[in-house]
Amino acid sequence: MIHKGRLSTLAGAFVVARRDFVAILWSRSFIFFLLGPLFPLFVGAMAGSIGAHVENAVDTPQIGLMMAGEDIDAMLTARHALEPALRDDLPDLVVVARLRHGERADPAKALADKSINGGNLSAIISGTARSPVLTGTPGRLAAWQGSVALIAARATGHGPDVLPDVALAPTATSTAAQAHNRVLTAQGGQTLLFLLTMLLAGMVLSNLMEEKGNKVIEILAAAIPMESVFFGKLFAMLAISFVGIGVWALSGAALSMAGWVHIPELVTPAVGWPLFIALGVAYFAMAYLVLGSIFLAIGSMANSVREIQTLNMPVTMGQLMVFFFASYAMARPGSGVEIAAMVVPFSSPFAMLARAAMQEGLWPHLIALGWQALWVAIFVRGGAALFRKRVMKSGPQGTGQKQGLIAALMGKK
Amino acid sequence: MLSNDWAIEARGLVKRFDGFTAVDGVDLSVPQGAIYGILGPNGAGKTTTLRMLQGIIDPDSGVRRILGADRPHDVAHRIGYLPEERGLYPTMKTYEAIAFMGALRGLPLAEGRRRGKAMMEEHGLSYAIDRQIRQLSKGMAQQVQILGTLVHQPDLVIFDEPFSGLDALNQGKLETMIRALAAGGTTVIFSTHVIAHAERLCDEVAIIAGGRVPFAGPVDVARDRIPAQVRLETRHADGPWRAALPPDARHEGALWSFPLPDTGVEPLLRALIEGEAGILSLSIERAGLHDAFVAIAGEAAAHALGQPTQEEAA
Repeated sequence: MIHKGRLSTLAGAFVVARRDFVAILWSRSFIFFLLGPLFPLFVGAMAGSIGAHVENAVDTPQIGLMMAGEDIDAMLTARHALEPALRDDLPDLVVVARLRHGERADPAKALADKSINGGNLSAIISGTARSPVLTGTPGRLAAWQGSVALIAARATGHGPDVLPDVALAPTATSTAAQAHNRVLTAQGGQTLLFLLTMLLAGMVLSNLMEEKGNKVIEILAAAIPMESVFFGKLFAMLAISFVGIGVWALSGAALSMAGWVHIPELVTPAVGWPLFIALGVAYFAMAYLVLGSIFLAIGSMANSVREIQTLNMPVTMGQLMVFFFASYAMARPGSGVEIAAMVVPFSSPFAMLARAAMQEGLWPHLIALGWQALWVAIFVRGGAALFRKRVMKSGPQGTGQKQGLIAALMGKK
Repeated sequence: MLSNDWAIEARGLVKRFDGFTAVDGVDLSVPQGAIYGILGPNGAGKTTTLRMLQGIIDPDSGVRRILGADRPHDVAHRIGYLPEERGLYPTMKTYEAIAFMGALRGLPLAEGRRRGKAMMEEHGLSYAIDRQIRQLSKGMAQQVQILGTLVHQPDLVIFDEPFSGLDALNQGKLETMIRALAAGGTTVIFSTHVIAHAERLCDEVAIIAGGRVPFAGPVDVARDRIPAQVRLETRHADGPWRAALPPDARHEGALWSFPLPDTGVEPLLRALIEGEAGILSLSIERAGLHDAFVAIAGEAAAHALGQPTQEEAA
């Protein structure tokens, strides 16, 4: 005897999700989904390449000199002599201080002094041409050690085969610099979240339109609550996205190991990488579920693809506004704007991910995730209620709904 | 108050769409184990009524109880539903589609697949088991969907215009299937705009016209709304016997037709014989469901009924 019984909302959602997941996984649209990030990557790479050239042209790194006068002159002459051969690979040299005999320099202090060279110094060379000392942050020391050695060798009358030892004096990253770098991590997280959400929400909408085209929606709506249908579709697409993210991550790792791509190093977020990644996944899921539930409600009420297209542009613009709002709020920690961004369900995942990058503490994230989940439930329930109330018209009165969705959204009867 | 004695009971169901009243106070009582027909022209409100009964859409007012439950989805696992707009996933294999429909009603997927294959074989569709839905003809896809409607062995089956899209042979098979379901204790409710199907199959019918139900009850009661018709052929064109005929009797030559008088056939027969009518033939014909429909729903609704194709009429 086969047990059969009423499906719970979640069990019904699972039946729908399982079907959708398998169907999408073996469809052509999944291939396009996987290829989706290539386009922004390509555009980004092109823009980055152009930007790098522009940046090199207009903003050549400058290294300060704090040495005895004769050493400074020798270093400047050597750089001038090397320039025709090395061009962009040489930093500009700026005289910070010509030291008198016996005078001691404090390169680290000079490096932190914003009044020197407008604060635009990548590193400082001190000591002598024969035994130079390079002071700066670890990343910059590694970048300029070779060039400084070349210049110093030339300054002392040697060729590139006899390079002097360049002593490195790394400076600790300041609190302000760390905060600045964490903003970069937060921005990176927000941007990734935004792109993924955009990609997925559009897919879930097309999936529902396809369902209406197949006319399966009535079979689903008769068998299980509409909430189950909505949740099933959302979960299926979420699972698909995790597969996609897995494929992208593995591909990125493989390409990085092969040396074909360089993964930018970001500063460790305030909550640490493991928790930040976990929160990133959770906030991605919530951002997608909030947006997807709205898209599903709209899609289920639409009578035609044209209606969807009519609303697609304002919805996309709305997404962009939410992203900009969250980015704007990130730069104003503790302000009313930041609190608003964390409370508004659409911007909350973006704002909270930025917070995870910049501030410690787990409990605000638990509250935020609960809050966002509540709104997902509200949107799904609302969408399902609207569907039962306004959709599935039949007969002659159901065929001429020229403004069905618009009227529904405007609350017209 | 609604009772639990009926498979479906509804009182005062109303549904409006954008100012249009699609269903306007429908009352229904479908007995357990019956074959129940909902008759009406296209746009009468049949589909909207069926959707409201199952909770696909919410009524604006009114109450309904289905298999004893106020919330239809609580008993969805006991219901099978074939919508008017047939829908299947085009890339699914046929037995997978049947299993999926069962899974939606709580049947484990593996069991659904097993039953799906068995049902396909039982109904002569074994050659199509591994085909995708998009590779099937419209009629075959509809048969697959009918099997999917029944795979979880529901207690109540709701068919919305089940005969449309099927050829005469498969319409006959479906009628047989409906009778078999009812014989097994399953309640079957179906809508149709072709009265012949309802006349052959149904124990009870509801006639819907303009969103209202002017009649709901046994088919015999519907027919009895119209008196039986007497067909009389006489040898003599005139005579005293003419006084026995009602004033509205019509004739073509020697062939007369008129409603059976309230007094019955015996006084009529006696008067004809005594009046020397020379009876060549006399028959009493009971009104058909179509005549009853015309009488109940009106000529306009009758004209709005879709004219059956030859296949449907068969």
